[in-house]
Amino acid sequence: MLYREAGQFKTSYAKDQAVFPIIQDRWFIALILVVAYGVVPFVANEYWLQAVLIPFLIFALAAIGLNLLTGYAGQLSLGTGAFMAVGAYATYKITTAFPEINILVVFVMSGFVAAGVGVVFGIPSLRIKGFYLAVATLAAQFFILWLFNKVGWFYNDNPSGTITAPPRTFLGIMVAGPEATAEVRYLISLTFLVIFALLAKNLVRGRIGRSWMAIRDMDVAAEIIGIRPLQTKLLAFAISSFYCGVAGAMFVFLWLGSAETEAFDIFVSFQVLFMVIIGGLGSILGSILGAAFITLVPIFLTNAPALVNLPMPTDLGKHIEEIIFGGMIIFFLIVEPNGFARLWQIAKEKLRRWPFPY
Amino acid sequence: MKFRHLLLATLAVAVGVTGVFAAKVAAAAEQFIPMLVYRTGPYAPSGIPVANGFRDYYTLVNKRDGGINGVKVTFEECETKYNTKLGVECYEKLKNKGSTGASLVNPFSTGITYQLIPKAPVDKIPILSMGYGRTAAADGRVFKWIFNFPTTYWSQASAFIKYVSRKEGGWDKLEGVKIAHVYHNSAYGKEANPTLKVLAKKYGFKLTLLAVDHPGQEQKATWLQIRRLKPKWIFMSGWGVMNSVAIKEAAAINYPMDHFVGNWWSGTDADVIPAGDGAIGYTSTAFHDAGIGFKVHDDIIKYIYGGDLAKAKENNIGEVLYNRTLVNAMFGIEAIRTAMGKFGNKPMTGEQVRWGLENLDITEARLKELGMEGFTKPIKVSCADHETMGPLRIQQWDGKKWSFISDWIKPMREVVRPMIEKAAAAYAKEQNITPRAC
Amino acid sequence: MDLVNVLFIAPFLDMADAPVFLAEVVISGVLTGVMYSLVALGFVLIFKASGVFNFAQGAMVLFAALTLVGLMERGVPVWLALIGTAAVMVALAFVIERVMLRPLINQEGIILFMATIGLDFLLQGVGQIAWGSNVKVLNIGIPNKSFEVGGILLNEFDLFAALIAAVLVGVLAVFFQKTAIGRALRAVADDHQAALAVGIPLKTIWVIVWSVAGIVALVAGIMWGAKSGVQFSLSLIALKSLPVLILGGFTSIPGAIIGGLIIGVGEKIAEIYWGPAFGGAIEGWFAYMLALVFLLFRPQGLFGERIIERV
Repeated sequence: MLYREAGQFKTSYAKDQAVFPIIQDRWFIALILVVAYGVVPFVANEYWLQAVLIPFLIFALAAIGLNLLTGYAGQLSLGTGAFMAVGAYATYKITTAFPEINILVVFVMSGFVAAGVGVVFGIPSLRIKGFYLAVATLAAQFFILWLFNKVGWFYNDNPSGTITAPPRTFLGIMVAGPEATAEVRYLISLTFLVIFALLAKNLVRGRIGRSWMAIRDMDVAAEIIGIRPLQTKLLAFAISSFYCGVAGAMFVFLWLGSAETEAFDIFVSFQVLFMVIIGGLGSILGSILGAAFITLVPIFLTNAPALVNLPMPTDLGKHIEEIIFGGMIIFFLIVEPNGFARLWQIAKEKLRRWPFPY
Repeated sequence: MKFRHLLLATLAVAVGVTGVFAAKVAAAAEQFIPMLVYRTGPYAPSGIPVANGFRDYYTLVNKRDGGINGVKVTFEECETKYNTKLGVECYEKLKNKGSTGASLVNPFSTGITYQLIPKAPVDKIPILSMGYGRTAAADGRVFKWIFNFPTTYWSQASAFIKYVSRKEGGWDKLEGVKIAHVYHNSAYGKEANPTLKVLAKKYGFKLTLLAVDHPGQEQKATWLQIRRLKPKWIFMSGWGVMNSVAIKEAAAINYPMDHFVGNWWSGTDADVIPAGDGAIGYTSTAFHDAGIGFKVHDDIIKYIYGGDLAKAKENNIGEVLYNRTLVNAMFGIEAIRTAMGKFGNKPMTGEQVRWGLENLDITEARLKELGMEGFTKPIKVSCADHETMGPLRIQQWDGKKWSFISDWIKPMREVVRPMIEKAAAAYAKEQNITPRAC
Repeated sequence: MDLVNVLFIAPFLDMADAPVFLAEVVISGVLTGVMYSLVALGFVLIFKASGVFNFAQGAMVLFAALTLVGLMERGVPVWLALIGTAAVMVALAFVIERVMLRPLINQEGIILFMATIGLDFLLQGVGQIAWGSNVKVLNIGIPNKSFEVGGILLNEFDLFAALIAAVLVGVLAVFFQKTAIGRALRAVADDHQAALAVGIPLKTIWVIVWSVAGIVALVAGIMWGAKSGVQFSLSLIALKSLPVLILGGFTSIPGAIIGGLIIGVGEKIAEIYWGPAFGGAIEGWFAYMLALVFLLFRPQGLFGERIIERV
């Protein structure tokens, strides 16, 4: 009833090719953005921003990055953590060497650094495929973290071997460092996510995205119809790593404030991969939903016993949380193996027929 | 049908989440101390005695003394799994609880400590990272909110070398002695390296640094190198499973265990017990006694476990990390008491507790009153020195218990302090902090 | 010039200087490699028969070891505890097949992989609730003395572990090659639908494979747990076996062994002779780099089935 596209006529190609061709979708997105920008920063307290929303936004960006590579271009990667680390350490190096460069520009610059590193470790993808390709990105994961841990230059030789976000401003407002308020950091993370999600969405609808999907579905066939595997795959690695690099920079500068290489260990890579799979391979929205599931559900489960006034030893609570969380993953996969993105689609289909299903 | 279920489930989650949103903290006139614990995960064997130690000491203060000067201590555990990211969530959740917010934080994790250091001045919650975290924080002029007394990794490394020199028969005998440092390949493990390097230059011993990758279940390569190198002494900065594997491997190559010295995180019951008989003779540093022979233990058994020693033992009483936590919890409580001495007997804010930490002065007499005479050393913190460079002892495992084999060894201030000041100054420059005058 | 020396000359001179020590390094690499293979075997079995990359293998190792120690702590004699744990692992296989695999039949590999991640969380939670998170000493009477042969130090425990692994591989190889069930397993591995069509009961096969993998996990848990004590970290050794698995090929039992040996020896030699030049602790990434180099020449792993692409 509410969600019906009947009567919406497109009168130009541009309109027909819009990201959200249906007016209700546009309203829905606009509403979400209004709430995210206009309501959340005023309503949410620091716990919500710092412990829940900011990590969610950052992981969503990383998940989009990985989804471009794994979901669209079909190249499995377990090196997300390392590419994020490249972004974070690059930001640290650039901003401590050139404090006058705007920090947000530095984020983007670090993205390019990460893209470069991603390309290098993407080269084996031309020869190795499927699960076996994981070895290349795993090599990246372990090598890069080892390097950042070992070589003092990367953390300016400070004896504790960690990088700490120095205070940085944007338009006179503190955005990084301890003085930056959670609201500001939230808004910046949100803006980055919105811009890059939109970019990604348009990227995958265009020539590049289509060539990625062709490679994913059958690379030999794609080659025959004139898609160059070398450029296409490496571009996927570059853009994906760019996203991860920016997410990594935000991870340290907008969220943790200080980090050692362990913050980017292989479990981060796994976590982002989980988000992508459970959200839906080959879907930008799915990446965001998957990030929401993987970051928010455990927090909710941790707090659930206290909400219903059920006192529980912390360790038991954590174990039960693990069990429920694991059970939920299996349950959701059985219900819908193609992830939340597919569930979302089904929901839209149902909504279209609601309240008169056949 | 399936879809409807899903929708319902999602709704339920959404409702629950809004519940968290709305949950407000009931405030009472109590002193709240957050507890970031790790009773699960890879470091649980260390985390469990730590968590129990804090819990028991705070409970003891309430039950035996009726709180701190009449103000009840409240505390809440939050599970971090030793994971920095979960630590952030726990910290944010707990920092505003209680009538005055969190009084102080004991992160008990290197990663979480690093993460909280920049936050402390903003949130006005002092951090007591007792013998871990960032060594440079010993310089109170730069790190106003961070305390790492009674001693740090750098001081510890210097004390270890002092110990070796005594065993070797003097400083001049160190020339050419081979010493290996086996360390966890992380920010924590590397901490001792700069001090050891400086001392190696100064005294001419031959230092070899051997990194072990996390988590350290496989160390054959390291111990082959040791077998070839035959160092006379080994110092280890390990953590978690790495320790017991290292001890086992050292035993397998017949390394003389009394020349194998762990740092204070590598000398706990969970490290030696899995290694079995191989661990007999293994030594480590410590700044407090092990076992249960002290009055504070009697009190805990009496007030908390109703005289049931077996039950208390189940809760790790007397284990190295449990005892260390007692010291840590005592420091925290005494700092609050010190603050009350100035600001009055009411719940203290983080800022007031910070003053208390900085003016903490625990004398031998005070230790005796607390039932900790001889358990640890007196300490006096100052504005400039947040570390105090407390002395260490070497303890040895005999297969059943730890016992001291050395007297108290004072770290080398003349070597360590300039390094700390240099590192702190570098941090201050990077973070645009103006050191305060002390 | 100095760099060339450090990388290409000094290590070899070093090796030539002390051949006995080199032999010891190689032997200890072999023994370590065998231990990696033990873990990798569990992955291979499951991947071979059901096409699932089982992320929960590490958790299964932990779960099995925890159950064994838990039973022993309650006064159950060793042999009974072993049987009991094996029974638990078989029961687990039944549950996994019924609850997780059956509804997900015919799904893509990555989806099944994700499901095993759920399983990983579940097993960690259940195992720790049932038996606690504290470290437990595992001692089932395996000798642990060191002795020297011609200047080479050997440890009884390591040799014993290698022997066990060798026996296990031998038995599994015979089982897969010679028995009817083994043939059925291979048929399932080749093509689910074709196997079903000729009357091979897929469900039974899966239960068998997961049970065997569970028992292999138990053996791995005993061997690794005896070294470090049984604690949560045990589940992390799965990571150490990943390069072995990739190098050997996901579908080959001999591959897991050969891969283990190559990685074991390779990383020890690299760490000891080249490690100092790089600052140490290079084992972690070196194993992957080594596997990567091999894979560039054989993209399907050393012993993996050839990838045939059709358009």
